[in-house]
Amino acid sequence: MACFLVPAAEAIVTAIAAKVMKSNKKQPETVKVQLSGTDIETAEKLSFSRKLKWLSNLLWGGSALLAFEHIWHGEVVPWFPFITAAGDPAGTAQMLNEMATVGVAMAGLVTAVWIGIIAVASAAEKKAIKRPLNDSGAQ
Amino acid sequence: MTLLTTVFAAIISTVVWYRGAPKSVMQVGILCWIYWGASIMWLVDAVFEYAELHEKYFTPSPSDMLNDLYLGLSVVALGLVIWIVVLLIKDPKGVVKAALFKKKN
Repeated sequence: MACFLVPAAEAIVTAIAAKVMKSNKKQPETVKVQLSGTDIETAEKLSFSRKLKWLSNLLWGGSALLAFEHIWHGEVVPWFPFITAAGDPAGTAQMLNEMATVGVAMAGLVTAVWIGIIAVASAAEKKAIKRPLNDSGAQ
Repeated sequence: MTLLTTVFAAIISTVVWYRGAPKSVMQVGILCWIYWGASIMWLVDAVFEYAELHEKYFTPSPSDMLNDLYLGLSVVALGLVIWIVVLLIKDPKGVVKAALFKKKN
C-alpha cells in the first residue's frame, strides 16, 4: 500500500546526514595500503559520510522501484490523496499497519545489510592498512 | 517473479561493476545499489506474503506470474533509465559537455 514510504523517509534522512558530514569534513584522511600484489599505495580512507551514502543509495534505489510497483498496482495515483488506501479510514488503518510492519522490516533489513557491508569493508581496510606496516616493521 | 528478476539484474550489474572496478567510468555501481536495494525490499515483501499464503506462495497462477514478470522487466528498465540519467548528468567522460559546448579553435 505505502510500505516504501518508510525506507524512502530513511533515505531522505541518510542523504541529508551524508551531505552535512561531507561538507563539514576538511581533508580526506590518507593511508598507505597494499591493495594488490606487493606495491604499497597511498589511498583515501573510507569516511563515514561515504559509507552513509551507500545506505542512502540502497534505500533510494529500492524505494524508487517499489514506488513504481505501487503505481503499477494502482496503490499510488497522481491525484489527491495520492495513496488510494488513504481515501477511507479503514484503508488508512490498514496502510499504517502495513507501513509499521512491512515498511519498518524493509528499512531494518536494508540497514542490517548495510551494517554487514560496513563490517566487511572495515575489516578489509584494516587488513590492507596493517599489511604494509607489518612488512616495514619486519625489514 | 519480480523479486527473482530484480535479483538477477542485481547479480548481473554487480558482475559488470566488478569487471570495471575500481575505475567505474560507466557508474555501474549505481545500478548495483538500485537493484540490491529493491531486491532486499522485495525479499521482505515475499516473506510477509509467504507468512500469509504459505505453500500457495510458490504456486502462483500463470496470469499472476506473467504479470509479475512483466512488472519485473519494467522495474529493470526503470532502473536502467535512472542509471542512464545519472550517468548523463554526472558525465564522467565529459562526453555530454563536449557535445553541448563545441570548442572553437
